[in-house]
Amino acid sequence: MTAAGTEQLDPVEPLGARRGRVFGWQDLIIPALCTAVVVAELFYLSQAPLDPIERDLVSGDKIWEYTREHIQITFVIVVLVLAVAVPLGVLITRRRTAWIAPFVLAFGNVGQAAPIVGLIAIVGSFFIGFWPVVLIIAAYSILPVLRNTIVGIQQVDDGVIDAARGMGMSPRGILFGVELPLAVPIIAAGARTSLVLAVAVVPLGTDLNAGGLGRIVFPAIKLDRISSLVAGALMIAVLALMIDWLGGLAQRLLTPEGIR
Amino acid sequence: MTGLPFGEYLSAYSEELIGGFQRHFLLSVYVLVIATLVGVVLGMLVYRNKLAAAASIGALAVWFTIPSIALFGLFVPIFGFGLATGYPVITMYGLLPVLRNTIAGLNSVDAPTLDAARGIGMGRFRILWQIELPLAWPVILAGIRVSGQLIVGLVAIGAYVGVTGLGEMLFSALQNLGSVNTFNQALAGTLLIAVIALLLDAAFVLIRRFSTPKGIRV
Repeated sequence: MTAAGTEQLDPVEPLGARRGRVFGWQDLIIPALCTAVVVAELFYLSQAPLDPIERDLVSGDKIWEYTREHIQITFVIVVLVLAVAVPLGVLITRRRTAWIAPFVLAFGNVGQAAPIVGLIAIVGSFFIGFWPVVLIIAAYSILPVLRNTIVGIQQVDDGVIDAARGMGMSPRGILFGVELPLAVPIIAAGARTSLVLAVAVVPLGTDLNAGGLGRIVFPAIKLDRISSLVAGALMIAVLALMIDWLGGLAQRLLTPEGIR
Repeated sequence: MTGLPFGEYLSAYSEELIGGFQRHFLLSVYVLVIATLVGVVLGMLVYRNKLAAAASIGALAVWFTIPSIALFGLFVPIFGFGLATGYPVITMYGLLPVLRNTIAGLNSVDAPTLDAARGIGMGRFRILWQIELPLAWPVILAGIRVSGQLIVGLVAIGAYVGVTGLGEMLFSALQNLGSVNTFNQALAGTLLIAVIALLLDAAFVLIRRFSTPKGIRV
């Protein structure tokens, strides 16, 4: 009992942590900065004397087109990751199918030691296009969601599950009504990590013709157009920060009210 | 796309591969050493002040969210191509795990231990040096280990702004997809980088074994 008491006396909260509220003024800092950067960049590009090569790389329409492609690929990757990792994580935590755990985790961990540039180059030696890139990046970024699904379900209090069983809930009812909702904040944190990872890695698939903002930065390096390189890099940075921001917001919205 | 069989490729290009391996390994170690020194010292400076600790971790976390490809690109106009851009950018990424674990480790020393140290007349600096740092060491080391894995991968990606490790082979493979030996190049580069990552990881297991204070060895 004393332990619980001291915990309440000394709450350790990270900077900017809010209890209960979903949205605060601190949440506006990142989007405001990102908007300012994008506006400044588009203004610069519309004013600057671009040579024909640069115009071909970074004219306003192109930037939006590549950004849209980038978001599309990222979105497809994360949907795939969630569709595979969450059911897999659930299976690992069920007693009857727990034996698959070592195989799945070994696969995930070995994948982390290999550099993603290399994996994309290996895949690219055989297949190119949208789907090969999506599949290899999805396989690479599956681990955060998988691990967090397992941890999220395992951290659900045994007492809560006993209570649910005592109320007569079926195993399936417990999974969907108790365990998964309580695991949502942790699964969402994993999904957010995967999202940011995917945004970061998608440009490497440029040479496999998958599209995205890599279509600005890599040609810009080869053609020695530094201002285009910076323009592309800024867009990738803004995209990652905004997607992380949206992920954080979604994470808070999806958290059941009782455990906020 | 019928290049040499993989074994023949390895022997034909062994000099290039070994050179790349050495450069990649040494670069990763250098960056890791700098990131460790800066991270641990910074952690020791801020761990007592909650605001400073949260602010420094928060700032690095924003840096961490920005993809490496973007940050390398943003630093090229300032430092040019090559290591001058690669070093600082990769080091900054490597800082976060070290700093976070240093702060967490130093703050995890329990109050009675600190009281006892204060009771026998130890000063703040001696407490930090002789009590907190040794007790926090396993946690700090875990951070350095994570940072090492991260850095090995980032040195590979840095090849696109002129960081000369094995990543050069991978990007060259990406740019010549479909030509002879690209698959060999990609496979060899990937495997060697994975070997470096695993070697570093194994080194940490040894370092952990021999540098953990006797009293808290498990």
